Amino acid sequence: MSDFFPIFDFIDIFWTPWSTPQDYIWNGKIVLMGFFVSASCGMIGSFIVVRRLALMGDAISHGILPGLVLAFIVSQSKALLPMFIGACAAGMLCNFCIEWLNKKTPIKLDSAMGLTFTSFFALGIILIAQFANNAHIDAECLLYGEIGYIPLEKHIFIGDFHLGPRPLVFMGVVLISITVLIILFYKQLMVTSFDLTLSVTLGLPVKIFHYGLMLCLAFTIVSSFESVGVILVIAMIIFPSITASFFVTRMPNILFSTIPLSAFYSIGGFCFARWFDCSIASAMVVVAMLCFFVAWLVGKENGILLNFTKPKTFSKIK
Amino acid sequence: MNATKTFSLTLIFLPISQLLASTKDLDFFDRTLRFFSFNDYSVQVVVLGVIFMGIGCGLMGGLVVTRRLSLFSDTLSHAVLPGIVIGFILGGFKSSFVVIIGAMVAGFLGVTLISSITKYTKIRLDSALGLVLSGFYAMGVCFLTRIQKLEFGNQSGIDRYIFGQIAGISSTDLYTIVISGVLILAIIILFYKELLVTGFDSNFAHSIGLPVEFIQYIFWMLLAFTVITSLQIVGVILVSALLIIPAATASIITQNMKTLLLWSSLFAVVSGIIGAYLSFLGNSLPTGPIIVLCSCCIFIIILFLHWKNGLLLKWYRLRGKEKKIAVENTLKAVYQELEVQRFSKDLILISDLAKRRRVSVPEVCQEIIPLIEQELAFVKESSNPKLRGENKIALSPKGWSEACRIIRNHRLWELYLTNEVQYQADHVHDDAEKIEHILGDELVRKLEKILSNPTKDPHGKLIPSQQDIKRGYMHIQ
Repeated sequence: MSDFFPIFDFIDIFWTPWSTPQDYIWNGKIVLMGFFVSASCGMIGSFIVVRRLALMGDAISHGILPGLVLAFIVSQSKALLPMFIGACAAGMLCNFCIEWLNKKTPIKLDSAMGLTFTSFFALGIILIAQFANNAHIDAECLLYGEIGYIPLEKHIFIGDFHLGPRPLVFMGVVLISITVLIILFYKQLMVTSFDLTLSVTLGLPVKIFHYGLMLCLAFTIVSSFESVGVILVIAMIIFPSITASFFVTRMPNILFSTIPLSAFYSIGGFCFARWFDCSIASAMVVVAMLCFFVAWLVGKENGILLNFTKPKTFSKIK
Repeated sequence: MNATKTFSLTLIFLPISQLLASTKDLDFFDRTLRFFSFNDYSVQVVVLGVIFMGIGCGLMGGLVVTRRLSLFSDTLSHAVLPGIVIGFILGGFKSSFVVIIGAMVAGFLGVTLISSITKYTKIRLDSALGLVLSGFYAMGVCFLTRIQKLEFGNQSGIDRYIFGQIAGISSTDLYTIVISGVLILAIIILFYKELLVTGFDSNFAHSIGLPVEFIQYIFWMLLAFTVITSLQIVGVILVSALLIIPAATASIITQNMKTLLLWSSLFAVVSGIIGAYLSFLGNSLPTGPIIVLCSCCIFIIILFLHWKNGLLLKWYRLRGKEKKIAVENTLKAVYQELEVQRFSKDLILISDLAKRRRVSVPEVCQEIIPLIEQELAFVKESSNPKLRGENKIALSPKGWSEACRIIRNHRLWELYLTNEVQYQADHVHDDAEKIEHILGDELVRKLEKILSNPTKDPHGKLIPSQQDIKRGYMHIQ
């Protein structure tokens, strides 16, 4: 137990990873990957959280497992396209099953979610055990991933220009496309998230936006699962916007504050993992949780310290 | 009944297991015999473990699902991971007792965090659950990867907590499972009323002086205890499935809480035994996922094929009603067409009918076919078996009285809405359109009495009289 917590060596944690150019490039890729994943999840997550679908991310990320495994078995490779198709199909099927059970049967939403994604996940694990025993895909890798191996992945070149490891480039593209999509459809996303009745009266295709958002979520999960694992994804959907909501209340501000928060999670997680010698992705989540506690303590809105004397909620006064 | 159910379910799963066994080149019958003769010590441990786990999970699951806490149980099962790892380190990788204590502490912290987040901030329950789930689980993974890299990191014992490995359970593990199953059973029997009332109406429970918060915490601790003892068999991620799926299956069958608890634990036990058996057949199959898939299969079977609430049967009944309503709507259209012609003829053109129904001619021909089959209408002057727009149809006596009855229902209801319920005359049609198919004789008599046998509806149209219906044919003026 005594050596469970290592000695805190300031130089080793904060300086050594960045001391030589090789280390700098190597570790920079890891931190950048963490930032890309958190930022893209955080931005989608801001909308997911206000739609009260926070656990849908959990459900979908578990539900895509059989799709991934089937795609792997069929294509016999970890190529991106079949994996992506398989995962999206499984994720959409999972989503559809949940909604169908909720609407057409007496099963309630929470049970429908729990029931569907655990069954999908179980199916995925059995498929792995039966058919993909010697494959490079296993459930543990899916669950916690290993972001530290990012620089070892195949690199992408455009002409002579060296772009970077494949997952990193891909995640960067995902982040940019999500940002563009949110900017393009900002108004529609806002109105469908906050006032469903108004958006129906305005004639907006509410269903399409819902499924579009779910597809974006599935897209992000698939492109990041291999390197960071689903736990980080679920956490990053919820933590940034919730933490930000202790300081700002307007949606654009929440969206903007996911960027510095993600950067902080990524760097903090890297340092934490460097000290604690553990998985980087989970260290990022632990840092995110610490940030959440700090925000809860000192936050302007509903923070413990600043609102200590105020009545807790309006309903209590009545 | 239960025995036959188990037997029939085994029959369903036999071909699947045979398939699995044949692919693995195992002696299928030998293993089946070994499993069901119940002589092997390992088989005894596994089956007893699965039975008591099923009882515990089924009972707690019933309470969880009716309280709509399914995702809460999922969160709890993830949140105990850091406690398990810490317990492993403190207990020197041997004592499962310390692990349980550690997991209980982590579960308690998780529950407290969720309830204080929802109580003291504006964060909604689903986000709070997600926060605690991912945060605690990540903390667990953090510790886990840490001790994997340490020198004493013999973590072979921990891995089975994540995906579950039934073959690895020892007799002490079995004792904890049995004790937890019996404990849950005893607590539910003793405090059945209290648990029921706090679950369904906590305000009422508060008003009769029950310590609601205390009972809630006891319930959560019991849930954590169930989750932890089942972890070794099904693993962290899937333990919530074992709570949710059997209870959800039972909730399709019954609305009564006691019956629900009974069914739910039965389903959990049955799927546990089948899962253990299948996992025993094929060596590489992980137990937890197999058990979950079995209970999912039972869920799907019950959902579709249950004799009272099954979807297929419901769908079949609905189809029958829809057909009846379609026939009645067509009859009504024929009547209205005749009415427009002031009943001067008894034949109408199919193309006119199509115009009135606002559909195309081929569609209206499709609608007429069941009418002819049920001898409610017949086609005049046509040697061609295929219906066309220029063909004419007439109502048979039976069809005529049926059409009169529907129209009468419709117009009586419209009149009732305008005269007695003070609706505007232009608002009553849609309501009447629905109710005309359902009104029974008794209700029609009542309406007649209330409206004192009217002859005209609010739009000034004649209401077909009882004589019209009884006469069974159209009188041409």
